[in-house]
Amino acid sequence: MTNLEKYNSAFITTFEITEEQLAGLKYQDIEAWDSVGHMGLIAALEDAFDIMMDTDDIIDFNSYEKGKEILSKEEYGVKF
Amino acid sequence: MTFEGILNIPPYSLDRTKKETLLTQRLTELTRLHRANCPEYDAMLKSIGFDESKISNYSEIPFLPVRLFKELELRSVPKEEVVKTMTSSGTTGQAVSKIYLDRVTSSNQQKVLVKIVSSFTGSGRMPMLIIDCPSVIKNRAMFSARGAGILGFSIFGSDRQYALNDDMQLDIETVEKFLEKHSGERILLFGFTFMIWQHFYRELVRLRDETGKTFDLSNGILIHGGGWKKLVSEAVSQEQFKKCLTDVCGLHDVHDYYGMVEQTGSIYMQCECGHLHASIFSDVIIRDPYDFRVLQQGEKGIIQVVSTIPESYPGHSLLTEDEGILLGEDDCPCGRLGKYFTVTGRLQNAEIRGCSDTYAAKF
Ligand SMILES: [Zn+2]
Repeated sequence: MTNLEKYNSAFITTFEITEEQLAGLKYQDIEAWDSVGHMGLIAALEDAFDIMMDTDDIIDFNSYEKGKEILSKEEYGVKF
Repeated sequence: MTFEGILNIPPYSLDRTKKETLLTQRLTELTRLHRANCPEYDAMLKSIGFDESKISNYSEIPFLPVRLFKELELRSVPKEEVVKTMTSSGTTGQAVSKIYLDRVTSSNQQKVLVKIVSSFTGSGRMPMLIIDCPSVIKNRAMFSARGAGILGFSIFGSDRQYALNDDMQLDIETVEKFLEKHSGERILLFGFTFMIWQHFYRELVRLRDETGKTFDLSNGILIHGGGWKKLVSEAVSQEQFKKCLTDVCGLHDVHDYYGMVEQTGSIYMQCECGHLHASIFSDVIIRDPYDFRVLQQGEKGIIQVVSTIPESYPGHSLLTEDEGILLGEDDCPCGRLGKYFTVTGRLQNAEIRGCSDTYAAKF
């Protein structure tokens, strides 16, 4: 699996949504991505990429696109 | 100053004068915001002829009794913008407070909680053992005080595990596995005071006495909240609570916190000296329960809480039903600036309403 596939798959399985829904998706746009869902998504991503995110990054992670930006940071080193 | 600006200030770094300036400015802005957006709030302030442009100190801003949120739907944002509704605990027959959060307020609550708690725990996340049952956050549309607390603190947990099953029994196997997996690591434990006592501490004692099994939590840091009411009636003091936990599982880094669902995020953490501390994000004012004048250090009175966070509901200045004593300001031996205080109990005849107290009422 490519990193993008892993990234997408974390969203798709955590929120039970389709790939078409991902672009532009924001925190609290859908019922599943509420504060409980958010912690589930973070756990799924941390598992998928074997990383541990900072609390500030967990808070800033507020959209599908923003998440990619955060994971691309040097400390996580995920390349899309 | 924007709220982002306030977030950049270390939580216990402002002395009395600087904090007063910050709070007076921010809380006056919030008063204006809520008057413009919450007609019921504006009507209340009009009825007492309040004019926020005339105040010189935040203690002059009117306070709403917390129980008003049970009687009225108080919102300062349109219904469509509410993303989360939090409820205070209520037993059957008791009215429930409803607190409406929009994106901004909900996110600021989490940010403030992170600033406050990580100044005690460090910014790294830790394996986290939640002393509660998983079903407490199942109803995602309506968060109880317990659910909200667990969820807010979950951000500090890297690997999260519930210690109790849905029958409120200690899940011994799970806890054992968890401790084995993270042996040698610093572990965060979180829960409500009464749950910890009733379903964790007592079970650990029973296991030790009946089977000789013990758990080593000497690497743990425990953060607990939700009130002492039930434990006070069982004659368990704070000191005993800590000592008992140390005795049974080696846990010695224990911090109580004071907070309420009506002002989630800006909690009051207990320092190493056993004092509850107000951060720059909020404050306590102790008032005389009869004439509401501001009391001096050392005098017992009713606790008013102010918070810089609430934008989606007019809850920035509230009168609680708790009694407390201001112990000092800017001079706690732990080095943190700001007021420090103690909560002595619930106001006589106040409706039982602590976070986990409703659960406690069943015992
Ligand atoms: Zn202190």
